[in-house]
Amino acid sequence: MAHLFEGDRLGRRWEGFKKAWYKFSRNPVSVIGLVLVLAVSFLAIFAPYVSPHPTHARTYVNFVEASQPPSGSHLFGTDVFGRDVLSRIFFGFRYSLMMGSVVLALVVIPGVVLGLLAGYYRGTWIDTLIMRITDIFLAVPPLILALAVTSVLTPNIFNAMMAVSLMWWPWYTRLVYGLASSLRNEFFVQSAEVIGASRRHILFRELLPNCVSSIFTKMSLDMGWVILIGSALSFVGLGAQPPTPDLGTMVADGAKYLPDQWWISIFPAFAIMVTVLGFNLLGDGFRDLFALEEI
Amino acid sequence: MVDHVLRIRDLQVEFKVYEGRLKVLNGVNMDVGLGARVGLVGEAGCGKTTTMRCVLGILQSPPGKITGGTIRFRDRDVLKMSQANLQKIRGGGISMIFQDPVAALNPVFTVGDQLTSVIRYAATKRMDKKEIKRRAIKALADVQLPDPDRMFTSYPVQLSGGMRQRVCIAMALATEPELMIADEPTTALDVTIQAQVLRLLNELVEERATSVIFITHSLGVVKEMADWVYVMYAGSIVEGAKKEILFERPMHPYTLGLMGALPKLTGGGMAEGIPGRIPDYLNPPTGCRFNPRCTQAMEVCAGNRPEFREVDPDHRVACVLYGGEADEQ
Amino acid sequence: MSIVKFLARRLVLSVFVLFGLSILIFTISRVLPGDPVRMALGSRAPEWAVENMRREMHLDEPLYKQYVFWLSGAVRGDLGTSLVTRRAVSEDIREFVPATLELALFAAVIMAVFGIILGAVAGRFRDTWIDNVIRVFSYIGVVTPSFVFAILFVLLFGYLLRIFPTIGRLSPWISRPPTVTGLMTIDSIISGNFVALGDALLHMILPALSLALGPLAQQARIARSTVSDNLGKDYILSAKGFGVPGRVVMFKYLLKPSLIPTVSIMGLDFAGIVANAFLVELIFNWPGFSRYGINAMLNKDLNAVSAVVIVLGMLFVIVNIIVDLVVAWLDPRIRLGAERGK
Repeated sequence: MAHLFEGDRLGRRWEGFKKAWYKFSRNPVSVIGLVLVLAVSFLAIFAPYVSPHPTHARTYVNFVEASQPPSGSHLFGTDVFGRDVLSRIFFGFRYSLMMGSVVLALVVIPGVVLGLLAGYYRGTWIDTLIMRITDIFLAVPPLILALAVTSVLTPNIFNAMMAVSLMWWPWYTRLVYGLASSLRNEFFVQSAEVIGASRRHILFRELLPNCVSSIFTKMSLDMGWVILIGSALSFVGLGAQPPTPDLGTMVADGAKYLPDQWWISIFPAFAIMVTVLGFNLLGDGFRDLFALEEI
Repeated sequence: MVDHVLRIRDLQVEFKVYEGRLKVLNGVNMDVGLGARVGLVGEAGCGKTTTMRCVLGILQSPPGKITGGTIRFRDRDVLKMSQANLQKIRGGGISMIFQDPVAALNPVFTVGDQLTSVIRYAATKRMDKKEIKRRAIKALADVQLPDPDRMFTSYPVQLSGGMRQRVCIAMALATEPELMIADEPTTALDVTIQAQVLRLLNELVEERATSVIFITHSLGVVKEMADWVYVMYAGSIVEGAKKEILFERPMHPYTLGLMGALPKLTGGGMAEGIPGRIPDYLNPPTGCRFNPRCTQAMEVCAGNRPEFREVDPDHRVACVLYGGEADEQ
Repeated sequence: MSIVKFLARRLVLSVFVLFGLSILIFTISRVLPGDPVRMALGSRAPEWAVENMRREMHLDEPLYKQYVFWLSGAVRGDLGTSLVTRRAVSEDIREFVPATLELALFAAVIMAVFGIILGAVAGRFRDTWIDNVIRVFSYIGVVTPSFVFAILFVLLFGYLLRIFPTIGRLSPWISRPPTVTGLMTIDSIISGNFVALGDALLHMILPALSLALGPLAQQARIARSTVSDNLGKDYILSAKGFGVPGRVVMFKYLLKPSLIPTVSIMGLDFAGIVANAFLVELIFNWPGFSRYGINAMLNKDLNAVSAVVIVLGMLFVIVNIIVDLVVAWLDPRIRLGAERGK
């Protein structure tokens, strides 16, 4: 439908955005999500400039200042090495966001492409092959696969990302498969086929645009989940390694000193929660937004 | 004084939505006599289903709200009844056939389960399980469903649309109601099945002398099924008369428009639509809601709501063209 | 008849899946940088000892041969020896699996029961204060990692309020009931030892809650939207309109269709519980299978890792089959669709 009126595409797109923003902003919860995500992203990107003690993010030792409770100079206190917890949290956001972005970047494109192919060629051997492989990966308890893979590789954040990616891609394939296979029989696809449009055109210019809103919503929600899983892996020691200021690692390190030096663990834990909450609310907001549009 | 099963007087209903309040019903008046067959005609969205839901007391209460009027069933005001009393009327007193048979049957329970539930709770006396089942199977047979015993244990997903609608009719009649409301029972069905179902309904209703309110947007159907016809527009009844009288001498400009909109099989000439669109219920026109589209509108039409009054024997209209003082809005 | 066919098909598929899984994990665990034997024996072990062990574990043979050895042992119940505990992996499994299973089941029950109840209440009273409170709680539940819950609970109930115990399965002064199933609660009931039963339950509450709250919140959200959607459906209005009493409509005609989506994701949520169990087992010092698995992974205990993955895979498969059966029982459309061959 969109390519019938090639006319003022940019203008119409802008109108579309404005309308979408108006609807989105009506729901206060979604806006909160957006604000949280933006705040976390801002802190992550500008961590070296915004945090009070940027050098504390790496190896730094100052036993005089160690294990200080929250105070004026250290809003979230210091840990056993004297490092400022607040600054480390800002840097920790970097790793969380990085994990989420990298995993999604690795996973979305192959997953979506496979789903499009399987859905379009539904009923043929391509469909069976792709979906059986997907099913095998899905049959495994997700975290198990990630754990197993990280375990046999050296534990570090990079391998953790690989492992999570490995178990994450099937979800996108499944999502897009469901959408594509039901859209496949709609008139607009069949008329494109009749005209003789190339496979690539049908897959990417007809089917894909109709899946984008679901994919996008899922991606927003997934950022939250990936960050959650990433922090779990780090907590256990299979992800980022000390002295990297990863939020999960920080919670684990601080857990030993509970309950007396509670701030070492609790603040990073809340940081994780806030980040995940932000993406969750944002994703829910997108879901509501697109659902309304469809009606 | 004719005995009436149902009297609706000046019913007003609002729906609260994000943008404001939809003034959906703006004065509905209707009388249904004993054993009468009443047709309610109107466009999609004019408030027919909403009215009927108020009669049964199943209007969804946020967002809907009854802001005025009375509905008397057996001479008691339904709108003032408690849920407990309402529940007693439903089934044995009033029952309803919904428009979409696919949606009206619970997909995870068998036909038999749902039917026996209805019979059991609508019954005025206690019946044992065997008796209830017997009645259920009889009801299925009455609506001419093949193999009622098997139908009893089937799930709705196994039945075709026409069969499902018959099941709904069976449910509505099995409780032996005084008044049955049929909300566009054939709209969701194939044309060929429509005729069958309508014929079936006619037979059943005649047998039992139940009063019926037949909702439809089709004048053709109304001609076949009803003795009395009420015409509804944008939330109020604009005309009501005995069927023959209405078709012979329609009075309200909207009714005239509807009749003119029917394509004629003989005599040639194009069907004419009614220019304009149905009003915005958030900000409806003042006075008579039809006045923006009415070819004979006068200044007074936008002032006060016209009264629904008897103009001829068995013929009532809400239009200032036929005299009478307009109501205070 | 179709149930049998359905089960048979699923079982065959599952066997294939487990096969695929075993190959996958086997390959990954063997093709690794780093020397597991060295790690097990220590860097100061003599070369000949390392060689011996390597030969024992067939690590010098080609990959497919190793797999065959492993597989032939596995189907006989011999899953090799653990490099860490130095005993048969199958023995380790027998000791640790029941602990995790008990915890997971307890958590799953909490999740299912309360998730559905809270979600249904929120859906029924949508947009009222009850709904808003429940929604807030479910957001919190969803975004909080289970280890954070665990830590908070340990802080709150273990130290500040000291109501619940935070370590292990049973207090040291209680005698352990004779092992029949390995499930502390069941064993206590069987032997009539109700003191132990109470103690075991107390020990389970905090770890189970930490595991259950996240999935519970998820269930509640789905139940909420399902109930809220179904309340407006014609078949509910119609039932009401026919005079079926409100209570019957709610608890019979609304409940059953609303259960379907929630039960459908229970399989996945249960897997999540089992997977997250390792975090909780670590914090609460619960002698469970997941903790064993993590140790195996951190120590590159090959046989143990493979066994853990397979066992968890099997558990997942079984749970999924059960969930699918329950959903098919609840929803006749699925049963009948299968019969017609779609």
